[in-house]
Amino acid sequence: MFHATRRVALALSVAALAVSAVQAQDKRVLKYNADYDPIPLAAMEALIADFEAANPDIDVQLNNFDHEGYKTAIRNFLSADPPDLANWYAGNRMAPFVKAGQFLDVTDVWDANGLNDSLASAAASMTIDGKKWGVPYTYYQWGIYYNKDAYKAAGVDLPPPEGVDWATFVANCEKFKAAGIDCLTTGTKALWPGAGIFDYMSLRTNGYEWHMDLTAGKVPWTDQKVKDVFSELAKIQPYVTANHAALDWQDAAALLVQGKAANYVMGNFAVGVFKEGGMTNDNLGFQPFPAITPGIPRAEDAPTDTIHIPSGAKNVEDAKKFLAYVASADAQTKLNAAIGQLPTNKNSTVPQDDPFLVAGFNMLSSAYALAQFFDRDAPAEMAKAGMEGIQEFLVKPENLDKILERLEKTRQKVYAE
Amino acid sequence: MAIAADAGSGASGRSWWKQNQQWLTPWLFLAPGLVMFVVYVIIPIFQSFWLSFFDWDGLRAPDGSSTARWIGMGNYVELMDDDAFWTSLHNNVLWLVLYLLAVPMGLFIAIFLNQTVRGIRVYKSLFFFPFVISQVVVGLIFSWFYAPGFGLLYAIIERITGTGVAILADERFVTYGIIAAGLWPQTAYCMILYLTGLNNVSPDQVEAARLDGAKGWRMLWYVILPQLRPATFIAVVVTVIGALRSFDLVSIMTDGGPYGSSRVLSFYMYEQALSEYGYRMGYGAAIAVVLFLIMMVFISGFIWKMIRDEKEGY
Repeated sequence: MFHATRRVALALSVAALAVSAVQAQDKRVLKYNADYDPIPLAAMEALIADFEAANPDIDVQLNNFDHEGYKTAIRNFLSADPPDLANWYAGNRMAPFVKAGQFLDVTDVWDANGLNDSLASAAASMTIDGKKWGVPYTYYQWGIYYNKDAYKAAGVDLPPPEGVDWATFVANCEKFKAAGIDCLTTGTKALWPGAGIFDYMSLRTNGYEWHMDLTAGKVPWTDQKVKDVFSELAKIQPYVTANHAALDWQDAAALLVQGKAANYVMGNFAVGVFKEGGMTNDNLGFQPFPAITPGIPRAEDAPTDTIHIPSGAKNVEDAKKFLAYVASADAQTKLNAAIGQLPTNKNSTVPQDDPFLVAGFNMLSSAYALAQFFDRDAPAEMAKAGMEGIQEFLVKPENLDKILERLEKTRQKVYAE
Repeated sequence: MAIAADAGSGASGRSWWKQNQQWLTPWLFLAPGLVMFVVYVIIPIFQSFWLSFFDWDGLRAPDGSSTARWIGMGNYVELMDDDAFWTSLHNNVLWLVLYLLAVPMGLFIAIFLNQTVRGIRVYKSLFFFPFVISQVVVGLIFSWFYAPGFGLLYAIIERITGTGVAILADERFVTYGIIAAGLWPQTAYCMILYLTGLNNVSPDQVEAARLDGAKGWRMLWYVILPQLRPATFIAVVVTVIGALRSFDLVSIMTDGGPYGSSRVLSFYMYEQALSEYGYRMGYGAAIAVVLFLIMMVFISGFIWKMIRDEKEGY
């Protein structure tokens, strides 16, 4: 009797298992590992809900990681337990994964969905060895954010929307100094904010192709053209906030908010911080970085976030469907409106009531080319050494020769491997 | 016959346990700890040695095979030519030397607090407080103390000299600034070690010395300090080890900056192996090996002294 009951129970549970297995098979699972902060997470969950509504037979399982922890985790899960989709970054940041064969070639997704045209501005940074390795879903512009009140306090004319030229910018710095205001602020404790300044000095002095050659290790750091970049940088170095090496970028943002600094070379994500500090669209301004060498086509920094298919993915077909959806104009419009960044699809639209997004979208879509940012264009080790060199120069410009020799040594080591 | 043999083997099995119980039991009790120690400490040490001969970015190919490449002594050759490594080593030496100041400072405070005044326990716990709070908090407090603009020290220097000095942004002062932050909790630690030591100072000897006319420095040097030898030993050991593994303060206060001038070996190892711009596992392992060898000099010294003392019956 006892045995009989148990057998029935066992049979029932087996049946139940079988039923649940059938139900699970109804929906094809798509595992997606990502590293979203709360606001982008909500936006991506909305996008996934839309995608699932359009594809009722697919169940996207988003596995969200802590942003910093993800950078370590991805190195393990790609081989240990590969998902079907994974977040990462464009440019040189994805190169180690591509070279190790961890990402799947998705050129066919680009070709089949006309992405080569609609995502044209981001195409170059998604390409390695002539193939595409993922799909971009968002980026943001870099440029100069300025405090209009500080301009008024120093008696400097507000820059026009297209920005001032380099000579005017440097001349204005002198006026700010006289008024006791830092012309340019930054906080280089975490190194990367200084790299933003360098990127623009390099892009504006020698152009996009040269800058890419530099970050790709094809130009010696002791080259005269590198020195040209630094000699331009030396013109504004005295007007940069002193002690920036002890400041986080948010500390420098506070200086701008308080009107103790006038200009800040930053990414658009900083707007949120400026506004939390009390600035509004009325006294916060944005201008592109000034042109330095005349006649050079205008290139901009626009770090791009991307989604990739790991080569260990089990559901490649649906993963490609998802990538195509993420790349579409409508999906990108909705997603980026929610997170306050720019869509990479040129057919998308941005909310017209946000002047910074509108300015960024116009600036980037008319740009000659887009750089990813120094620490994504250059390999990790070179990026680290380079950013330290830039920080050191901003503190001690007299060390330039020593810095460049050190960077050249690093270059010969890094790119030889 | 067969039965007898069975019985015999059974009996000898029991007696084997009985015979060996004495020496076996401690090992059985030690076994769980030993297994953990071997798996999580000893084996990783050798793995680090092994890894330091490779060039590896921590990635595996899709089939699970490692992408590591054997380069023999390559990482060590590179270390010898790496300015950042020498800066880190130099800073480690600074840490080692200056951190030892915690020992006399702790002794001084302990002697100062070793009196019977009303509420002395409250004062003692206040002095001990910095050791209780996390190193992260210590680092943050000191960063604010030094911070340009609103930091107290910055403001004081600005008031006196006219221009403020941002300690953590100046390559000349940054390491000293961090060590000063580290000394705060470490002094408290040494103080508590000495306070317990002072409890055990024999009053008879102090009395006898007093009768013989000893006081002040002579009393401290010839009567008290020799009795504090065990406390001094432990204080030096924990301080030396603490100096060599200094990591949290550097990471919290400066991230190794400005331009890498406050790095120490443990932080440089982390940066090379595990940070965002790192993932040079082999190179990081090579730094770890160097740090390990430096530590081994001190650790073996300490162990050797401990064994010798035990033999002499201290």
